[in-house]
Amino acid sequence: MHRFVQNLGRTALNSFAAIGHISLFSIMAIRWILTPPYYWQQLLRQIIDIGYYSLPVVGLTTLFSGMVLALQSYTGFARFSAEDTVATVVVLSVTRELGPVLAGLMVAGRIGASMAAEIGTMRVTDQIDALETLSTRPMQYLVAPRLVAGTICLPFLVLIGDVIGVFGGYLVGVYRLGFNPSVYLARTLEYLEVSDVTLGLIKAAVFGFLIALMGCYHGYHSGLGAQGVGRATTNAVVSASILILIANYVVTTIFFGG
Amino acid sequence: MAATPKIELAGVTKSFDANHVLKGVNLTVAPQESLVIIGTSGCGKSVLMKCLNGLIRPDTGSVKIEGEEVLDQGRAALEDLRQHFGMTFQFGALFDSLPIWENVTFRLRHQKALGKAAARDIAAQTITQLGLAPSVIDQYPAELSGGMQKRVALARAIVDEPEILLFDEPTSGLDPITGGVIDRLIIDARKRLGATTVTISHDMASVRRIADKVAMLHNGVIIWAGPADNMNESGVPEVHQFVHGLTEGPLTNNWTIYQAGS
Ligand SMILES: Nc1ncnc2c1ncn2[C@@H]1O[C@H](COP(=O)(O)OP(=O)(O)O)[C@@H](O)[C@H]1O
Ligand SMILES: [Mg+2]
Repeated sequence: MHRFVQNLGRTALNSFAAIGHISLFSIMAIRWILTPPYYWQQLLRQIIDIGYYSLPVVGLTTLFSGMVLALQSYTGFARFSAEDTVATVVVLSVTRELGPVLAGLMVAGRIGASMAAEIGTMRVTDQIDALETLSTRPMQYLVAPRLVAGTICLPFLVLIGDVIGVFGGYLVGVYRLGFNPSVYLARTLEYLEVSDVTLGLIKAAVFGFLIALMGCYHGYHSGLGAQGVGRATTNAVVSASILILIANYVVTTIFFGG
Repeated sequence: MAATPKIELAGVTKSFDANHVLKGVNLTVAPQESLVIIGTSGCGKSVLMKCLNGLIRPDTGSVKIEGEEVLDQGRAALEDLRQHFGMTFQFGALFDSLPIWENVTFRLRHQKALGKAAARDIAAQTITQLGLAPSVIDQYPAELSGGMQKRVALARAIVDEPEILLFDEPTSGLDPITGGVIDRLIIDARKRLGATTVTISHDMASVRRIADKVAMLHNGVIIWAGPADNMNESGVPEVHQFVHGLTEGPLTNNWTIYQAGS
């Protein structure tokens, strides 16, 4: 019992310390984002890596989620003869919730892991020290472009994912559930508000920042050896995923009723 | 001593948690001198080298470059100071994601805004001097052999002609011939640039070729430092054992004690 409380206390203290370190790391990173020189080539490379190469993953995820959502909500709403609402339910769930969260989690797996692995490898093979000896600040050269790219790419990915998700719902609605195509489309747009989409995009930007932050932070502080890099990679994905779910709730609460 | 030493360490200590790696290192290097640091694996040579250009901050002690205390300086001053250093790392530390020409001219490109064509020319020139084919500049580090990578790392360190060169085990893991070539490159670069060099090496043949002065790190302190020619008559048993590569002696005694006790 004593041991248990002790462990609990230590875990709590460690978590607080980690939150402090990560906050400090992100404040420093933001400072370096705003300070020249800017490494445009690095930024472009990250944008291509995060934005372009994540498209298939995000597209497939949202497509099938939109499809299953149409089926499930039909099953549910048919029980009180409200089948008409399927299109509305699909578009609202996808834009407000599923698009950002699913895209965020998928990109966390893809990008968070690869950032942590790449930066962690650079740490354990002295490449980060080498950057410093060549008069380049690692925070500015490695971390800043990744944070910027993550924050601007995720909203675009989610926007595209929204369209694909709604399209998935449309496919199932029209070809499986027998909705009239133009009625389904009209229903999709009827109750959709701009604020639904912007809420999703704000979430996406926050998630993108968090994914890149976790990838960079864990990579940058990677332990020694291949084992250290492996642990950094796992930690980056797990912590990014958890933070995405927490941030999702927080952002939703802030904009709730708005 | 007449001139201010180029590098002067006094009472430098560094621990990683309970691992006390450096326990009070004192060391001086004169301008244009070639110092070689020897010592058994894991004794802290790389850590010591990283203290010289501020990659690792010692816990206590003083690190002076041309009489200026490094540890008192802010980040900006430290960054300026690093411009005067070139360094190669034990495992190369070439940037995986960049082709060889961008690796070699990294500082010139980013600090001095050198254009692409000019950078490629300089990279090709520099690696040719180190016995590599000019076409190598378009390859990536992973495509090169260990010896080639070491030469590229050397090119990156000397390309903008720094005043102080740090080489961490530049010949380890290489065949004797490539090792000999690298030694010659180091001697050459030093003569040509008039640089002060600090080299870490396990390889006694290499030490004899490149060193003016030798210092042995052991148990966190410099147990002997002197002219390379006096290395054989140091009178210190550890140095004697290391220099002659003997399996019996105080260095390996410590090992047995360490192993038995752990
Ligand atoms: N970044 C680090 N974190 C923790 N321990 C380290 C770190 N760098 C080096 N050490 C430890 O310091 C000691 C000396 O390492 P090093 O200087 O690399 O030895 P060598 O003389 O072979 O170059 C080793 O015990 C190593 O584990
Ligand atoms: Mg070493």
